[in-house]
Amino acid sequence: MNAVNASLAVTLITSAIMFGTPLLLAGLGELLAERSGVLNLGVEGMMLAGAVTAFWAVQAMPGPAWLALIVAVLLAAAAGAAMALIHAFLSVTLRANQIVSGLALTIFAGAAGLSSYLGVVWGLAGKPAAHQMSNIDMGALSDLPVVGPILFHQDPMVYASWVLVIAVAWYLYRTRPGLNLRSVGESPAAADAMGIPVTGYRYAHTVVGGALAGVGGSYFTLVLSNQWTDGLTAGAGWIAIALVIFAFWRPGYLLIGAYFFGLLSGLGFDLQARGVAWPSEFFSALPYVMTVIALVIMSTGWARRQLGTPAALGTPYAREEGG
Amino acid sequence: MSRGIRVERRLGNPRWVAFVVPLVALIVAAIITAVVLLASGHQPLDVYRQIYQAGFTQNGALSRTFVYATPLLFTGLAAAVAFRMKVWNIGGEGQLYAGAIGAAGVGLALHSLPGPLVIVAMVIGGALAGAAWAAIPGLLRAYLRTNEILTSLMLNYVAGLLLYYLIYDSASYWRDMTSASAKVFPTAKSIDASAYWPQLSFGASMVVPMGFLLGILVALGIWTVTRTSPTGFAMSVIGESPGAATYAGMRTNRTIAGVMLASGAFAGIGGASQVGDFGHTLDPRGLQQAGYGYTGIVVAALGRYNPLAVVVVSFLIGALTNAGFALQGPDFPAGLVGVIEGIILFSVLAGEALSRYRVVWRRSERTVDTAPGTPAGELVAP
Repeated sequence: MNAVNASLAVTLITSAIMFGTPLLLAGLGELLAERSGVLNLGVEGMMLAGAVTAFWAVQAMPGPAWLALIVAVLLAAAAGAAMALIHAFLSVTLRANQIVSGLALTIFAGAAGLSSYLGVVWGLAGKPAAHQMSNIDMGALSDLPVVGPILFHQDPMVYASWVLVIAVAWYLYRTRPGLNLRSVGESPAAADAMGIPVTGYRYAHTVVGGALAGVGGSYFTLVLSNQWTDGLTAGAGWIAIALVIFAFWRPGYLLIGAYFFGLLSGLGFDLQARGVAWPSEFFSALPYVMTVIALVIMSTGWARRQLGTPAALGTPYAREEGG
Repeated sequence: MSRGIRVERRLGNPRWVAFVVPLVALIVAAIITAVVLLASGHQPLDVYRQIYQAGFTQNGALSRTFVYATPLLFTGLAAAVAFRMKVWNIGGEGQLYAGAIGAAGVGLALHSLPGPLVIVAMVIGGALAGAAWAAIPGLLRAYLRTNEILTSLMLNYVAGLLLYYLIYDSASYWRDMTSASAKVFPTAKSIDASAYWPQLSFGASMVVPMGFLLGILVALGIWTVTRTSPTGFAMSVIGESPGAATYAGMRTNRTIAGVMLASGAFAGIGGASQVGDFGHTLDPRGLQQAGYGYTGIVVAALGRYNPLAVVVVSFLIGALTNAGFALQGPDFPAGLVGVIEGIILFSVLAGEALSRYRVVWRRSERTVDTAPGTPAGELVAP
């Protein structure tokens, strides 16, 4: 390790990526759901469901670490998807209020709900993680100044999230189903008239969104923390929802936003490690305060003009009522 | 048209829906929760009996239930007034903390005044602090159209950290710095015993805190204002159709901001009651243990945002919360209460959605169309 790679700037960028990755994964999921017109405020609950499932899976899976970690991520995705299915049923099929349904999902699965319940039932409290995901060492590439630690020394989920950003952008803007998805979110009645299955699109993207939130949650128990504690996502799900707004519903901007908030989350650790003696609460509050400030900036006229809010976001669609 | 069963859109909203939906929702929630319990190897009937005993019948159970019902009554009212208008204040949690900070501050500052005076000042201080904390998302929503769901929620985390900072990480006014041990092991200052809020005692087994009675008064006040005043009328119009309200010359922004402030004030009184009725200090852990702000949303929804129903529901959910703390252990995981609350909320939502439709058995077209009081609705697929 050379001196440049140990500098504050490089440390901050690597920790921004580390803390930003769960936000990015969950944000991509919420972006897909919202593009279909479904607002899912259950992200925090879905992330915690994924986090607890992944932690249980690495404890319970015999065999090599790489296999246990893959199974853990897949099961976390399944857990998040299952949670999202409840929201999809209530908000798409029953056309219930999406805001209350999403809140219900976070109460159901969240820090004082199912994730905590499963933590007790599976006996996870106080146990150290059986396997953790580690960074891939690419030898000489990883030792390059600046770009080495940032681009060539990350864990597999970081690389997967980069692939996903490109994949989601390509899907949204370069494929027929992506175009259909955007039209479902903008005008479900018009999409329906064109023969696009509105209900199917909404279900599919809400559920895939939930799966990504579950994977984002698994990052907390597979990478960021080596034990299970109730509510360890600490509001990351809510920040992910806010990020989708800051990103104008675009995957590329979402990446930038996620790393910016990752930077804020990591700032306290990095600065305190270097002897900055501000109260820890100040650093912990920073991401939440910045979210409020960013939302205020977003609601000014300048930002409003370029907003990409899907026109049908949050409204149920009923064919006979003309949507 | 042929005979058979049809599902059609209900035009009006009959009175019985108000009672049947929450009741059926509770029954359905009990059944679904039983499935969850069975899946994790618990005996549902056993668990339900324990909840019932710990919540209502055991010695002292009712008094303990009131301890949890009191904050839930206030956060429930806070959510009910806002949600009814489709102003999504989910910052009840943080506004409750702010109210506790305000009331404890007032209680400590006025320690030399007579008790009753201090109690009144604490209620006002809690309400003002809660309203001030709610003013941030409220004013931003009303005048800048900033999404109040996310801002009010983010401020919950900030308020929680502020609590910790005041007691554990600073030499604040709320922290006891008088003794050497208090400097090492952070403790909060206690308000004077003369300012402890009074209780209404029905023997040893049922003690009703002043906060709960105050909450009933607040609920009656909200009910009267929403039913009889022009402001209440404006609130319901803005909730149903903001466009129509603006067209009718109503002060939409001002009403939204006002409702948010009122909502914060109610949660703030809940925080004041935490200090005056129960803790008598600013206790960061005690305030955060139960997530009263979030559970208040469940209370409000189950009460269908009706302030008087919120009084009854807060007692029921208070009993559930009480049982959760009393029974916590391997046989009764802490998360079970949240699971049950979530399922109740899902069931209420599903019930609300389904009650918009009705199932009609038609013998023939004519008999239904000419029946009095049953206007033909649109044909709706289930």
